[in-house]
Amino acid sequence: MTIVIQIIFALIAMLILGSALMMVLAKNVIHSALWLIASFFGVGALYLLLQAEFLAVVQVLVYVGAISILILFAIMLTRAADLAGETGRQWNNRWWLSLAVAGLLFGALIVPTVIGETWNVAPTEVAGAAAGQATGIAGAAELGRGFVYEYLLQFQVIGVLLLVALIGAIVIAYDETARRRRVLTLAEELELKKRQEAREAKEAKQSRKGKGEKPLPAPVPTDTLSKGNEGNEGNEGLVVR
Amino acid sequence: MLTNYAFIGILFVVALSFPLLPLIMAFFLRPKRPTTIKQSTYECGLEAIGDVHVQFKVQYYLYAIAFVIFDVEVIFLYPWAVAFDQVGLFGFTAAAVFILMLFLGLLYEWKKGALEWI
Amino acid sequence: MTDAVPLSWVLGLSGALFCIGLFAALARRNLVGVLMGVELMLNAAIINMVAFWRYLEPRFITGQNFAIFIIAVAAAEAAVGLAMIIAIYRNWQTVKADEVDSLKG
Repeated sequence: MTIVIQIIFALIAMLILGSALMMVLAKNVIHSALWLIASFFGVGALYLLLQAEFLAVVQVLVYVGAISILILFAIMLTRAADLAGETGRQWNNRWWLSLAVAGLLFGALIVPTVIGETWNVAPTEVAGAAAGQATGIAGAAELGRGFVYEYLLQFQVIGVLLLVALIGAIVIAYDETARRRRVLTLAEELELKKRQEAREAKEAKQSRKGKGEKPLPAPVPTDTLSKGNEGNEGNEGLVVR
Repeated sequence: MLTNYAFIGILFVVALSFPLLPLIMAFFLRPKRPTTIKQSTYECGLEAIGDVHVQFKVQYYLYAIAFVIFDVEVIFLYPWAVAFDQVGLFGFTAAAVFILMLFLGLLYEWKKGALEWI
Repeated sequence: MTDAVPLSWVLGLSGALFCIGLFAALARRNLVGVLMGVELMLNAAIINMVAFWRYLEPRFITGQNFAIFIIAVAAAEAAVGLAMIIAIYRNWQTVKADEVDSLKG
């Protein structure tokens, strides 16, 4: 039994570290993200091996299911800029410095600490295992009680954090101009035209004062497009709606 | 406890080999006579035009953000629901405040118009 | 489980994962790649939490609680971080970390 668990642990560790390495080495960002998903999945399997079943489900649900989707969406949204650089390097100029930092951290700090320390693993877990895992290991019900009693403040703070993250992300990512750029229906277009004519008539009557907000799409400033690929405007029909 | 997952593991291997085995067998057994028409991209009868990497709309991302945030909310509500009969009215109030806060976020998103497909 | 795999193995695994994530965060040119490295580092930290919980005090929920809170914070961080990357892309038309350099002297 022991050897089986060790083999399973080795397989999971190989999955995690191998796909993490592939994620770093992959040239294409999409491949990188897919390797990252494999790594997340391996971590979930490790939680299952460590008997943190709820956490394993959370890992699959949040990391594999949600965060990877977010990352893939972000890659697809920023795809046009990446196409030109796909042939270039995936690492920056001082990547050897980063490699040295990471390697030194691992070789000089983490490995000696992990090996040198005698982690005083208490014999309590043996007693827990002997008495049956159901009583020895905390599960989802204990977590729920913890959220309400001991960790009530943290629970509510997480609520505030999620609220702020939702609002902040929308404020940052939401493009106000995209709202005005949509294709109008015929009725809306007629209505807009009527309104604009009325406004122009009013403006002509009065002295010209303040242009007011334009109802029709403000064209994309050309200077922002000049750096990107030329076809951005011509491709308008290809944009997935 | 862990041995229960052995069955899932066995099932996983079986489920993985079930589609993979015929595909691998077919790879070795099939005749290989490629033509241009056979190798062209199949897209429901339409001819494929343009690049695969078209620009996606940012609207997708706004939905994804809402999905992630409320996904995480569910992660916190699930243990609470499991322990619901143990935490009483106090626990109910705590979770209600939690849900209310995220509901404010949803209201903001709604008012801002980020949920409209444009 | 705990007698078959020593705690130091799990800690070594999480340390290696952390260092890979650190390298990715420092060296990748693509901003999304940097964020993916940060996610890997957070995952390594969570593995540590879960390992210490399982080996040292499996009766208490502290470790698992920490892990879930870190996961929630990671999700919020990913949402805002990727939103910032999209905003950067909108203004600069690039997602390379070394091309966004308007603060350079």
